[in-house]
Amino acid sequence: MADNNSNNPKNTNEVSDPGRRSFVKNTGIAVGGVAGGALLGGLFSSRSKNNNSTSTATKESVKEKRYEEARMYFTRIADFAILEQAVERIFPEDHNGPGAIELGVPYYIDKQLAGPYGSNVGDYRQGPFIGSKASAADSSLDRGQIFINGLRTMDVESLKRFDTNFVKATEDQQLEIMTDFADDKVEIKGISSKGFFNLLRSTTLEGAYCDPLYGGNRDMKGWKMKEYPGAIASYAHMIEEDKFVKMDQVSLTDYQPK
Amino acid sequence: MVKTLDKVDAVIVGSGWAGGIAAAELTKKGYKVVGLERGKAQKREDFVGAKDELRYDVRKLMFQELNKETLTIRNTLDETATPNRSNDTNAINGTATGGSGVHWNGMVYRWLPTDFEFHTKTVEKYGEKIIPKDMQLQDWGITYDELEKYYDQFEKTAGISGEPDPLRPGQRSDEYPTPPMKETDIIRTFTKAAKDLGYHPYRIPSANISETYTNPDGETINGCVYCAFCEAFGCDFGAKADPIVTVLATAHKSGNYELRNNSYAVRIVHENGKAVGIKYVDTETGEEFIQPADIVVVAGFTFTNTRLMLLSEIGKPYNPKDGTGVIGSHLTAHQRNLTHTRVRGFFDEKKFNRYAGTGALGVTLDDFNVEQLDHTKLDFLHGFCLRTSQRGDRPITNNHVPADVPSWGKEFKDKSIFYANRRIDVQQQNGALAWRENYMDLDPTYKDMFGDPLLRVTSKFHDQDRNIVRYAHQRAKELLEQMGADHITIPEITEETEFDKSSLSDHTGGGVVMGDRPETSAVNNYSQVWDMDNLFVVGASSFPLMGSSNPTATVGALAYRAAEGMIKFLETGGGQLVKEKETAKA
Ligand SMILES: Cc1cc2nc3c(=O)[nH]c(=O)nc-3n(C[C@H](O)[C@H](O)[C@H](O)COP(=O)(O)OP(=O)(O)OC[C@H]3O[C@@H](n4cnc5c(N)ncnc54)[C@H](O)[C@@H]3O)c2cc1C
Ligand code: SF4
Repeated sequence: MADNNSNNPKNTNEVSDPGRRSFVKNTGIAVGGVAGGALLGGLFSSRSKNNNSTSTATKESVKEKRYEEARMYFTRIADFAILEQAVERIFPEDHNGPGAIELGVPYYIDKQLAGPYGSNVGDYRQGPFIGSKASAADSSLDRGQIFINGLRTMDVESLKRFDTNFVKATEDQQLEIMTDFADDKVEIKGISSKGFFNLLRSTTLEGAYCDPLYGGNRDMKGWKMKEYPGAIASYAHMIEEDKFVKMDQVSLTDYQPK
Repeated sequence: MVKTLDKVDAVIVGSGWAGGIAAAELTKKGYKVVGLERGKAQKREDFVGAKDELRYDVRKLMFQELNKETLTIRNTLDETATPNRSNDTNAINGTATGGSGVHWNGMVYRWLPTDFEFHTKTVEKYGEKIIPKDMQLQDWGITYDELEKYYDQFEKTAGISGEPDPLRPGQRSDEYPTPPMKETDIIRTFTKAAKDLGYHPYRIPSANISETYTNPDGETINGCVYCAFCEAFGCDFGAKADPIVTVLATAHKSGNYELRNNSYAVRIVHENGKAVGIKYVDTETGEEFIQPADIVVVAGFTFTNTRLMLLSEIGKPYNPKDGTGVIGSHLTAHQRNLTHTRVRGFFDEKKFNRYAGTGALGVTLDDFNVEQLDHTKLDFLHGFCLRTSQRGDRPITNNHVPADVPSWGKEFKDKSIFYANRRIDVQQQNGALAWRENYMDLDPTYKDMFGDPLLRVTSKFHDQDRNIVRYAHQRAKELLEQMGADHITIPEITEETEFDKSSLSDHTGGGVVMGDRPETSAVNNYSQVWDMDNLFVVGASSFPLMGSSNPTATVGALAYRAAEGMIKFLETGGGQLVKEKETAKA
């Protein structure tokens, strides 16, 4: 409804959008049975991308402002800065492409912690909490608190070992600290350091590869590195191929009917 | 105040395959049925556009909400059990209309004739001595031949796509209703290697079906488009056989079925040895109701079935110390951290389209299943299937790397991306047999949202459980070598590999087991409770063992059998449908 351009014949973006193009190409022959016409017909008719910055010149020179990127959960800039460094160490920028920071992982995690996941709304929380030093799931801390305690302990550890804050430590120093966390060699209140590290790792991967709607996997760059196509409606036309078939990525924004 | 409602012919707890089949069969015959489902209402429309790995597969949106109820777990009788608190550790059951049958993969295997008479057949072949101390083997009180027509009925209801197992000639009365699914490069690679090694591969029978199909009840299931959002998701296209598009649709069509969602069953109400109805809580209003019925059907999966029997004080609770009693015994499972482990092959030169697929797309073989093995030469009983399936790898949950690669950092990132599409996994799935001290009872400490005790699971792995998996991993490795994998990773099974919170899943059975006499079983072969004629407890809770493949075809077959019994019971005015086995009693 808000997407007025969908019925506008001048909207040429609709045709050039790679997600849509590959969708049409991929499903034209594939879908049989009752599913075919009715469902797929409706999928895209009212949705097209309203992409105002198609010229590459604008894209490269002006960094797009992302109004959704401000802290929602973390109150201290210092905590967020440690988080940025930590996730980048887990999933660094390299020859494959962007690392966790450029993919939006820190903001992804911030948003997750601000929501029901961060306060364990779906979990069984009745005590006694026995063995709370083990994993994030068994801890009496909620996930948000685990992040705060864990990140601050990383800073304490850095000050203790290298006389400098975690964010100012060298990459090797950061890696040394994180390895000790992963190996359960550090004390954190309410959770084992391994339990914290595992949560940090899994949320980092989530942020790198989730649908971009969550604020991670920015511009589907995580999927592109992995040659993962995303929300493709049908693979029936190519499932029997012997050769690897490379496809353009499709996000849920492109896929979902509106 | 508990409000008692008007009586109906049958009340059924649960709307999964087990409850759905009972509902369809009873309502087709004109009986009035009320279904009670603790979860919310859902239909196909809810699944359209739901290709969201984070929400469904990682956060487990369609699984049981543990904030309401969970299980507690321990290894031995002298330990304190702790709760499985989060779906991060283990997501167990479905919880909305259709149950787990909505977000399942759809691999639909029949179990082996031997499974149903496992005790007799083992003793016949090897003598009593081969059975380890503390292993609990017993027959089901029904044979494969008796069950075959119900397997066939389930396959036809679900439109299963498949081809016969070459090692099991003469075991099917009919073909699969639809042809096998399409073949992929991974399937071809596995099949060739298996044949080169002299094995007998065949396509995994699939409930993601190969072409549009209308079942005998007139329900249409669409042809699968291989969209790769099957396991943990509802099908966007109505192409996966689930209770919603099949049996529940049939029940609703009859005009005789009312499904009440958000209705949490808390007790089986009974008086003078007869079930009166189900007491439940409307979780939207907090009101309590009793739904009276002529027959009461409990089909809430293994855990709920066992727990409701214990909470309602029906039958004798199992005592692991002296082996008396039956409710809670024979807990078995395909554990995620043992039975369900995979051997992974990494290929440096070859790329497969791993992102594409569907839940049950694959190939399997039974060359190491029970009869194919000589157990006198092995350190385990039963057997396993080997298979590969192409479900469509999604990126958050698939970051597998060869063994020497770290699990985070530079090398991890590089290799996890490199191998994302360069992999074939071989999965083994083995039969799991029951042990005397592996059982379920009520937890003394932890409670559910209504203040009732949680179900407590006590379970420990035995040498036999580990040995069969180690053996299977070696066979899987040989297959991957034959395929030409450059690196192969085998999960390490050590003495420390132990039953834990990740061990229980929808492949868990026991608790209200089936057998030929009340001393050793809770229900007869119609799933009718021995000591309460109008109570039927249906589902994997009745398995005295877990076969070497996915359980749902057997759940479905037993549910059709149970429904036949319910109809008999209603038509003839009651009584026990099966005589307990006289010879065995002595
Ligand atoms: C991800 C996944 C993949 C799977 N893949 C396969 C596969 O490929 N092949 C295979 O054979 N099997 C598979 N399974 C297992 C299969 O889904 C189950 O065997 C099957 O669904 C069991 O059916 P059921 O009706 O007994 O139980 P369920 O489907 O669990 O249904 C029970 C219903 O009862 C309801 N209920 C429970 N307690 C209460 C209560 N107290 N009050 C009211 N309602 C209640 C639940 O909400 C649920 O809807 C898979 C399961 C999962 C989770
Ligand atoms: S892969 Fe097939 S059965 Fe599975 S969700 Fe997609 S269309 Fe449905």
